Amino acid sequence: MATIRFTSHLVRHRPAPAVMAAGATVAEVLAQGFEGDDLLRSYVLDEQGRVRKHVNIYLDGALIHDRLRLSDPVGPASEIYVLQALSGG
Amino acid sequence: MATLWVGSRKGLFRYDDTPGGWVSPGKPAFIAGPVTAVLDDPRDGSLYVSLYHGHFGCKLHRSDDRGKSWLELPAPAYPKSDDPDAAALEFIWTFAAGGEDEPGTIWAGTLPGGLFKSTEKGATWALNEPLWHVPGREKWFGAGYDHAGIHSILVDPRDSRHIVIGVSIGGVWITRDGGESWALGGHGLRSDYVPPGQEQDPNLQDPHLIAAAPTDPDRIWCQHHNGIFVSDDGGMNWHESTGVKPSAFGFAVAPHPTDRNRAFFAPAQKDECRLPVDARLVVTETGDGGATFRSLSNGLPQDDSYDLIYRHALVADGSGRLLAMGSTTGGLWVSGNEGADWQLLSAHLPPIACLAFAP
Repeated sequence: MATIRFTSHLVRHRPAPAVMAAGATVAEVLAQGFEGDDLLRSYVLDEQGRVRKHVNIYLDGALIHDRLRLSDPVGPASEIYVLQALSGG
Repeated sequence: MATLWVGSRKGLFRYDDTPGGWVSPGKPAFIAGPVTAVLDDPRDGSLYVSLYHGHFGCKLHRSDDRGKSWLELPAPAYPKSDDPDAAALEFIWTFAAGGEDEPGTIWAGTLPGGLFKSTEKGATWALNEPLWHVPGREKWFGAGYDHAGIHSILVDPRDSRHIVIGVSIGGVWITRDGGESWALGGHGLRSDYVPPGQEQDPNLQDPHLIAAAPTDPDRIWCQHHNGIFVSDDGGMNWHESTGVKPSAFGFAVAPHPTDRNRAFFAPAQKDECRLPVDARLVVTETGDGGATFRSLSNGLPQDDSYDLIYRHALVADGSGRLLAMGSTTGGLWVSGNEGADWQLLSAHLPPIACLAFAP
């Protein structure tokens, strides 16, 4: 299972502990990670499921390529970091 | 005791008018959170606040205990689509309470141009599809922002199904059936930022704010990008006030709560400057339906003022005695005598987006 970790800036607004989740893509892993907390999901993704403009998602140390559909493939021991982008002020 | 809510770039402040003067009790709510709209619902005392977090998007909170505690609610969401450019909520620009006969109904005007309705005190929201798909909306465009936005929602106290909205840029739209169908008003408004021949197109108008006279909802005031306009038929037709000094440009208008012929404005030098004319901050008032205006300045800075008053940052209370005004450079003033004299409450708040007196 992959591990999702959230920036402390997000934790200021919502409880967002690190979570283990399964899935073949970033979209699938995040969907499981956000299960039961649609509000937390809304801080990272917009209502169309796209990564928010000023949020960055790193997969095993690199920015994900597909910010629209989050189709980047995830390995069984991958680490996903959800961070605020400095572009957002 | 009057209470004033101050929505700022760095949180929601509260000021109370106590026997000892205006005081701000405690710390602001949502510290560091940019507030874009606030509603103090006169029907049940609920408070609604929208935030625009630079990184994490638009968020909605409600308080049922006058701001002691807050509940986060799902923000309005645009319909799901596979289009990579599908609309998504940018921020909530304004709230409006539904009518007295609609407890729990709240309207929200948003960017990129959607009008949303909640019948459950913000717990769920639905996009008003008839307006979203109304012929002509494709001509709307952004003013100061990337996309058009709804900043004014006027619910007729005589008929909750009669609603008038203001769109920057998209004009004035009117429904008489609760949002099932919409008609384009704004005839007589004038824009000078479109090609020759289109100046009168009501769908290309930039009403910075529209606000109805509480005692006569058919009397609507408009601080437009190109001047001050008045409607006496609920927003369908308008006539322009001319010769307004020091400037007919501005964003805000606050109708007097009991006198349909009185309204207050916060003028600025148009268009690229957007500063007080000659760096002197004044409020202009008309007492004769927009025929003539006078400047009110006692207590306001008369030199080196760079305060711009945003559209939701000049408000009157229900009595007409109190006025409040907040600026982009963090100045906050109140008047206890209908604008004749102003008192500075703070010169160093964060930039102020919106004000609301408790009903």
